Amino acid sequence: MSDLSAALVLTDSPQQSVVTESKLIRRLAISIALVFLLLFLVLPLVVVFVEAFRRGLAGFLAAFQEADALAAIQLTLTVAAIAVPANLVFGLAASWAIAKFEFKGKSLLITLIDLPFSVSPVVSGLIYLLLFGAQGLFGPWLMAHGIKIAFALPGIVLATIFVTFPFVARQLIPLMQEQGTAEEEAALTLGASGWRTFLTVTLPNIKWGLLYGVLLCNARAMGEFGAVSVVSGHIRGLTNTIPLHVEILYNEYNFVAAFAVASLLASLALVTLALKSFLEWRHGADLAGGTHR
Amino acid sequence: MQGNVLYVAGVKKHSPLRSLLPAIGLAVIGCSGLLTLSSAASAQTQLLNVSYDPTRELYREVNQAFADDWKAKTGETVSIRTSHGGSGAQARTVIDGIDADVVTLGIPSDIDAIAKATKKIPADWRSKLPNNALPYTSTVVFLVRKGNPKDIKDWDDLVKPGVQVITPNPKTSAGGRWNFLAAWGYAQTKDGSGDKAKEFVTALYKNVPVLDTGARGSTVTFAQRGLGDVLPAWENEAFLVLDEFGRDKFEIVVPTLSILAEPPVALVAGNVDGKGTRKVAEAFLSFLYTDKAQAIFAKHHYRPSKAEAAKPEDLAVLPNLKLFTIESLQGNWDDIQKNNFDSGGLFDQISKR
Amino acid sequence: MRPALSLRLKQSSVLPGFGVTLGYTLLYLGLLVLLPLGALVVKASGIGIAGIAATATEPRVAAALKTSFGISLLAAGVASLFGLLTAWVLSRYDFPGRKLIDAIVDLPFALPTAVAGIALAALYAPNGWVGSLLEPLGLKVAYTPLGIFIALVFIGLPFAVRTVQPLIAEIEGELEEASATLGASRWRTLWSILLPPLLPGVLTGFALAFARAVGEYGSVIFIAGNLPYVSEIAPLLIVIKLSEYDYTGATVIATIMLAISFSVLLLINLLQAWSRRRFGHV
Repeated sequence: MSDLSAALVLTDSPQQSVVTESKLIRRLAISIALVFLLLFLVLPLVVVFVEAFRRGLAGFLAAFQEADALAAIQLTLTVAAIAVPANLVFGLAASWAIAKFEFKGKSLLITLIDLPFSVSPVVSGLIYLLLFGAQGLFGPWLMAHGIKIAFALPGIVLATIFVTFPFVARQLIPLMQEQGTAEEEAALTLGASGWRTFLTVTLPNIKWGLLYGVLLCNARAMGEFGAVSVVSGHIRGLTNTIPLHVEILYNEYNFVAAFAVASLLASLALVTLALKSFLEWRHGADLAGGTHR
Repeated sequence: MQGNVLYVAGVKKHSPLRSLLPAIGLAVIGCSGLLTLSSAASAQTQLLNVSYDPTRELYREVNQAFADDWKAKTGETVSIRTSHGGSGAQARTVIDGIDADVVTLGIPSDIDAIAKATKKIPADWRSKLPNNALPYTSTVVFLVRKGNPKDIKDWDDLVKPGVQVITPNPKTSAGGRWNFLAAWGYAQTKDGSGDKAKEFVTALYKNVPVLDTGARGSTVTFAQRGLGDVLPAWENEAFLVLDEFGRDKFEIVVPTLSILAEPPVALVAGNVDGKGTRKVAEAFLSFLYTDKAQAIFAKHHYRPSKAEAAKPEDLAVLPNLKLFTIESLQGNWDDIQKNNFDSGGLFDQISKR
Repeated sequence: MRPALSLRLKQSSVLPGFGVTLGYTLLYLGLLVLLPLGALVVKASGIGIAGIAATATEPRVAAALKTSFGISLLAAGVASLFGLLTAWVLSRYDFPGRKLIDAIVDLPFALPTAVAGIALAALYAPNGWVGSLLEPLGLKVAYTPLGIFIALVFIGLPFAVRTVQPLIAEIEGELEEASATLGASRWRTLWSILLPPLLPGVLTGFALAFARAVGEYGSVIFIAGNLPYVSEIAPLLIVIKLSEYDYTGATVIATIMLAISFSVLLLINLLQAWSRRRFGHV
């Protein structure tokens, strides 16, 4: 607690006095907020790394020398490499149509794009099982033709696309709406093709917002647990993603390895946060409209 | 900024059908991409063994032994993938289409369920392999904390007020079902009445604070998270905890009577023909009955069907206790599953509050 | 403003690509979101309204739904309260490390739920860092409903902070100064001048945190006791029903949860429309 209170040195500017709280209240508010954040956010993060290194560096590294762990990492990278670009293309198409044109039912469309965000991950997995599982709608046909979707890479990719569906589109729609259409129109008037206009006018305008959306989309894609857990089948070395591998290690009493692999994901989260803060700080104006939904 | 509600002009020119065409083109490309992904198969022979929760360590060793054996015999390389989870949940993924070559589950009714729902396993699967398709058996013993602070000696101590019992959900876990049936069978044998047995399991499950979906989840709850006073567990799982967490932390208590737990294996005939893996899958199942595999079972504290193949010191640690079979008390497996665990069965009745 | 807009209006037809992009959007949305969700609803409605009602009122299902909704409401409420405080502290006060704290608020959003789950379980278990401190006080967190609550507050926090923060930044200083000059106490200014415009943000944050919490699975299952009637959440019951071959039960619970997600989303949209009308911002 002592270094915490040392951290509470407040900058006091005299003219602020009527529009802020007394020093005591401020300190109290800051302390409560910090203790709360420490307990709820910082400790869980710290515990991951502490547990990961409980048996030293060697114990930590041992977790990554297993073939199943490497396969899980490879699978997660593959899934993200398909799901994120797919949602990127969708996000660009959707935001172009929604932001640059006007049509009936737009707000319903936006709500539907948002829908996967609030659907339970378990439900997100279940719906693909209902379609592609052997007892599902297309299951028997797929089986007869030897096509594997559920309990294989395509199912995992589909579930991941679903849970990360709105991320890029939701970031770009308000941004493109704000930028209007004047610049694109000017380029077209000057004779540029539609595609060229998009590449040279629109894309540079939205690139930071796009990057921001992709960043969040990727973090969720690599970390998704519930939806993937339902469609994966948990075949080690084959359909286990990193989060599922964490669960397996945890259930095998291999806590150090579980936290070691988890620390990989936690590091990914930290990098995501760092890049995100950097983007907000450096290009905050170009992300406009995206900070709140 | 919100004023763009006004621009409507550009829309009407486009015929919706024409505008959909390029989109459909894109979608077709996307779909075919997914299909390519799904059909990308590796050249190496791969077997998928869908198993239950506590066999993780066991099959890691058995798989390797079989792969070596197969390589030596045929020169072919085979890699065996396994998937673990609550036995009921695992059976469900097979029903939902996971392309398992063999299933090695915790309780016969789970293989029956696959046979009924998919016809991929013949109804008479028990007769396809030696010893009723049981390469090994096991039983239920108690794991307690060192020094046995609650003084647990037999099943009667599990229903005492203030004793917390950790056991998995019988609906999803085979271990959970064996625990339930073992407790029921104990009371039935002791009191000779089904009503008394029902009372007994009702009281026991009142003492359960956590129902995990698999036996492994329960073990983690008890051993790592320090919850509860006693863990009725697969015998092999109880020994594994002693090995993993140390004999200074836990001890095993052997009840006077327990159940003969029968985890069976079967070939998923409906899958292997399509995959062209029948030969190697059958060889894998036969391998489970070889001396080599039997010795591995004993090493991991399962009870091998061929005791003479096991190392005597491995057999020596397994306690000697009276075992009953549930079929001798409740008839055939269809009824056992239906009366106890299906919707509206005994477990549902006693867990209503 | 108007003339400029109508000028744009005429020219907007110049932009190409409407057909392709909207077509692709609808097709992608249709195939990946609407078709699977439709399959769910069709499957569930196969047993009829009476069947759905019967499943939903099954004691164990009803208890799981109650646990999920009750604890999610509570957690979203607490997250909103502390979110408001955190947002206020981060936007109004300056202290060393403020930027860092501001960045870390989004952690629950970026941290995979399974990692959060095992970390929270490790912290709050009776032998964990926090759990071992609470145990002597007779307070059990892990494997009780309280554990679910902790995980859901964790999940909901970023939404509660991030929906309010921009609104605090938009508050105009003149209002506060005027209020202060007119003799209102600081508390009164806070309560009647500053708080009302923040309300839509707080409510939106609450709704988002709630929507996320109701469906949350990964971070909860490791720390909840998963005991029927006590600490079993609805998404876990879906998984259990699936494991029990009870597809109908699973789809019915899933459909109920879907209907609720959709209602919450609509509510959020209404809230934002209301706030736009009332306060002129999102």
